[in-house]
Amino acid sequence: MFTSIPGVISQKSAVSIGITGGNLHYHNCLEATIAGLDMYIPAGLWTCILGRSGCGKSSLLRQLANLLGNAAQWTGEVTIQPPGDSKHQFAYMAQQDLLMPWLSALDNVLLSTQFGSLQRPTKKTPLQLDKAHSLLKKVGLGSKYNSLPGQLSGGMRQRVALARTLMQERPVVLMDEPFSALDAVTRYRLQNLSCQLLQDKTVVLITHDPQEAIRLANQLYIMQGRPAFAELLATPASGTPRNFNAEGAQLQQTIMDRLEQDYE
Amino acid sequence: MNNLNPLMPLKVQPKKGLAKSLVRMLVTSLVIIGSWQALVIGLEMPTFILPSPFEVFFKLIDRHQVLLKHSWVTAQEILLGLLLGLTMGLVFAFQMLLCKPIKRWVLPILIASQAIPVFAIAPVLMLWLGYGIASKIVMAALIIFFPITTCCYDGLRNTPRGYLDLANTMGATKWQLLRYVQLPAALPALASGIRVAVVIAPIGAIAGEWVGSSEGLGYLMLQANARMMIDEMFAALFILSILSIALYFAADKLLKKLIPWEV
Repeated sequence: MFTSIPGVISQKSAVSIGITGGNLHYHNCLEATIAGLDMYIPAGLWTCILGRSGCGKSSLLRQLANLLGNAAQWTGEVTIQPPGDSKHQFAYMAQQDLLMPWLSALDNVLLSTQFGSLQRPTKKTPLQLDKAHSLLKKVGLGSKYNSLPGQLSGGMRQRVALARTLMQERPVVLMDEPFSALDAVTRYRLQNLSCQLLQDKTVVLITHDPQEAIRLANQLYIMQGRPAFAELLATPASGTPRNFNAEGAQLQQTIMDRLEQDYE
Repeated sequence: MNNLNPLMPLKVQPKKGLAKSLVRMLVTSLVIIGSWQALVIGLEMPTFILPSPFEVFFKLIDRHQVLLKHSWVTAQEILLGLLLGLTMGLVFAFQMLLCKPIKRWVLPILIASQAIPVFAIAPVLMLWLGYGIASKIVMAALIIFFPITTCCYDGLRNTPRGYLDLANTMGATKWQLLRYVQLPAALPALASGIRVAVVIAPIGAIAGEWVGSSEGLGYLMLQANARMMIDEMFAALFILSILSIALYFAADKLLKKLIPWEV
């Protein structure tokens, strides 16, 4: 199994994100959703954010991806290192695979090449096609390039979504529970695959599954309270994806105890 | 993992399914014709109230030239009406989507306009557009305009938010969003609008012909009725039904082929 070693950044382009004093307030809510949030997302590593549903972790991710628009008011400092246009830093993976049902697997992988303010040729370049094909091979779907999403299983679809994310070549990948709709074994395999393919990226993974967080996190935050704040939790020093072991089980119990407080 | 593909068994089916549905159709028609004939014989119906299916059939052959001529006119009216109504509907839907002020002004008018029965304005259309084919085309277009507009507009407006989020993080511009995401995502909704339109467009054309015309199946039916040629009226009715059914199935088949991801 492929493992990445924490602390080793394999690409210079890796991006880190620091958030200080983050506040998020939806205009149609009386109370703020997030208040006093401090978080550091190190470059080239996986940061997992755990929390009960509705605690504001997805909102945080959507804020980072610049998807909230005018629906909410955000105050707080977000520093991206090295500084760059935040529009081209983030790739987004959601719980649903979000494959366009009218496009073949290959065209879905190529989706991002159709967008952007640059003058785009209507024909895809051979270079892009080659890259998309090789990415599909990497996720084990080399022969399925012509299939429509409706013809693929849930696990396959999420693997196409992974290939599509890689095609974008963004330094930061924002994942909003991308594995939660899959069955246990498919989820396990997809976690391993993602861990292997996204090793040089900065990954922010939102999840409500402690096991998933323990397997994949180089760094682990718990978001809780109303309004929510984030707290750093100690993670095992071993490389990811981790196998299930006693240490992990203990951490899982700790996390469960912590999360349970939030339900009272 | 390869045999998880849920569509595979479906793809083999159509040939078998086609034969079966043909048999079903044949049996249904035989039963209808049989009971029709039984009704005529059992109740001793006079020909000028209910002609037997055989009389209608002979009339179909006898008068096929006249019938064909009028069918062609009606078919033209329906098809051109569909084309016109579809274009108008699409233009309106896009206008409302792209320009919020237009939507605020136009949508109430559009909904209010549905309170006027289209048949009631048929005489006005005859007055303005004459007894020819134009007034019937407009009539058919008007009757399908509303379902097309609403279906298309709803489809464009209700793009799943995840698709929009994804395209936005990919840096899509407003036009790219419309062209590559919203428009294809709206196609299934538009397709159901078109299916409804194809069924009701003939109503518009025929109603138009009844109000005032010099050719077409509706005209032929009125004339035959006035002359007590009920078998000819039934023959025209038969052709009209075949025309409508064929149109529906052709549209359905075409839409399924063009939008294979539709559920």
